[in-house]
Amino acid sequence: MRKEKGIVMATTANAALHLKPTPLNTAMAVELTGVNKWYGTFHVLRDIDLTVKGGERIVICGPSGSGKSTMIRCINRLEEHQQGRIVIDGVELTNDLKKIDEVRRDVGMVFQHFNLFPHLTVLENCTLAPIWVRKMPKREADEIAQHYLKRVKIPEQAAKYPGQLSGGQQQRVAIARALCMNPKIMLFDEPTSALDPEMVKEVLDTMVGLAEDGMTMLVVSHEMGFARQVANRIVFMDSGQIIEANTPEEFFHHPQHERTKLFLSQILH
Amino acid sequence: MTMAEGDLAVANIKFVRSATIDARPPPLAMSGALGWLRKNLLSTPFNIALTILIVLLLAWVIPGLAKFLLIDAVWTGTDRDACREIVQHREIGACWPFVWERWAYFVYGSYPISERWRVDVFFTMLAIGVVWLLWLGAPRRDLGSVYFFLVLPIASFILLTGWTRIGLQPVDTVLWGGILVTIVVASVGIICSLPFGILLALGRRSRMPAVRLFSVVFIEFVRGVPLVTVLFMASVMLPLFVPEQYSPDKLVRALVGIALFASAYMAEVVRAGLQAIPKGQFEGAMAVGLSYWQMMRLIILPQALKITIPNIVNTYIGLFKDTTLVFIVGIFDFLHTVEVSRIDPKWATPVTSTTGYAVAAMFYLVFCYAMSRYARATEARLAMSDRR
Repeated sequence: MRKEKGIVMATTANAALHLKPTPLNTAMAVELTGVNKWYGTFHVLRDIDLTVKGGERIVICGPSGSGKSTMIRCINRLEEHQQGRIVIDGVELTNDLKKIDEVRRDVGMVFQHFNLFPHLTVLENCTLAPIWVRKMPKREADEIAQHYLKRVKIPEQAAKYPGQLSGGQQQRVAIARALCMNPKIMLFDEPTSALDPEMVKEVLDTMVGLAEDGMTMLVVSHEMGFARQVANRIVFMDSGQIIEANTPEEFFHHPQHERTKLFLSQILH
Repeated sequence: MTMAEGDLAVANIKFVRSATIDARPPPLAMSGALGWLRKNLLSTPFNIALTILIVLLLAWVIPGLAKFLLIDAVWTGTDRDACREIVQHREIGACWPFVWERWAYFVYGSYPISERWRVDVFFTMLAIGVVWLLWLGAPRRDLGSVYFFLVLPIASFILLTGWTRIGLQPVDTVLWGGILVTIVVASVGIICSLPFGILLALGRRSRMPAVRLFSVVFIEFVRGVPLVTVLFMASVMLPLFVPEQYSPDKLVRALVGIALFASAYMAEVVRAGLQAIPKGQFEGAMAVGLSYWQMMRLIILPQALKITIPNIVNTYIGLFKDTTLVFIVGIFDFLHTVEVSRIDPKWATPVTSTTGYAVAAMFYLVFCYAMSRYARATEARLAMSDRR
């Protein structure tokens, strides 16, 4: 309850359109240790070890089918892992539904296809979870939603339905919707892959803004410009394994693994 | 020569409009009544053929109907003689005096005459409830649903069956009949089938094996037997297992049978809707932290039910007409009261049956068409979120 109050203070008292990411309880935002996952007999994630500190920005890239999306979807349990440990800010993900709910409340997610709720207005999309999950009064939720819609630069679209917006606008609504839950960590699953080229920039700009505010972010993306600009680390995956993880500088200029070199030669022209 | 051609080409490429073209009305043949006719009735040869065919069909049906129901109809009389050609020496159409005399029976069945005001009060309360719930401009619609789903069923039950403590003499359901029974059976079926259907549909998609197995077995069993069988089992088989004094009332048994039957069909309708919702909607709802029931109630079902409205109403209309089958277990629904009346020797004429069935047809048509129209309006209203 205390946290929500904090946000209201920020919206009313200080009108600056920036957020203070909710502080983590522990130093480690995300800890994956020896994570394995199979679809039937197909081994999609193989011995994944990855730790993300609070405030870190990780960009995950790799060819399609390499398990990038599966990995970040395991972080909020949209996918189940079958071996290993996943600990999100001190909470281990198991079959315990309470723990899963706890993690989902604090981890925001943005999808490739937005997954906005088409039968609700933009504002209702943003206030739904705060009202029902955080039990926030409607007026307060509206205020917070307006704040974040302003932040993603579409406050004037609040009363429209998602279907009336462009792809880029929809994706920004999706980001605002996730932010309204005041998350500790944000996951982005190929947020610009389904967008027209002209709309990629407006979404990336929003994400850069988030990164500048110190949000802990895991981003699956092939936007190498974005990666260079904001990532602390780039993780390259292939056939379910992490092949190479390094700072952007090292990753782009001195790739170590042959597979990485091949991948980079194909996507950097 | 070549130079001249080149000049011409350049001259054609360059073009700057100097004045705006004023808006003009469309050609007469494209607008107004004539345009409408052309566009809707005569647009293609196939369409023209259809139009002609339907005009011919109407020309064939309407005069006959009008002749029977209105022109040759008998409007007054006290017994069969008024409607007999041999007595009246003219062509006889519908025998309306038969309907006037039997109307009270069609509406109330054998409900005691001194108590029929209670049925009228029930009809009025139901009408208020339906309007309150379905009319979007009605005040306090939240209270309306409390009234409709809570107050109305309890009040109607007390009112219709009686409660000696408040001076309402008990009326055995054996005496109920006519439109009263049809409305009671249909409303109970319609109101119960949607929530039970939703639960069964969710159960069928559940990850819990026991819940899924129960739902599948129930749905497949009920859908696999005819309604007549369900009604028979409810009214004939049940008393074999349950001692007489504990066995519920015959009408209640039929109501339960109809409600279960309709729920199984509704479950499949709702499941089709759930199936059509993209996986992303479930994931989006889970990712923002909604629980299973919140996700279903706030995100999935509103969308699933919206796309299944045509099918839901289809099931409702089918159910409304299926209520006529309760006659098979000896309950006098509206159609059955017509059926009993038309063989009454007092009104035995060649046109009595046709008249009775015409009344029944009009009754069912009015109710089913009303449901259908309301559903269309709802669809149009909900389609607002699809507009671009």
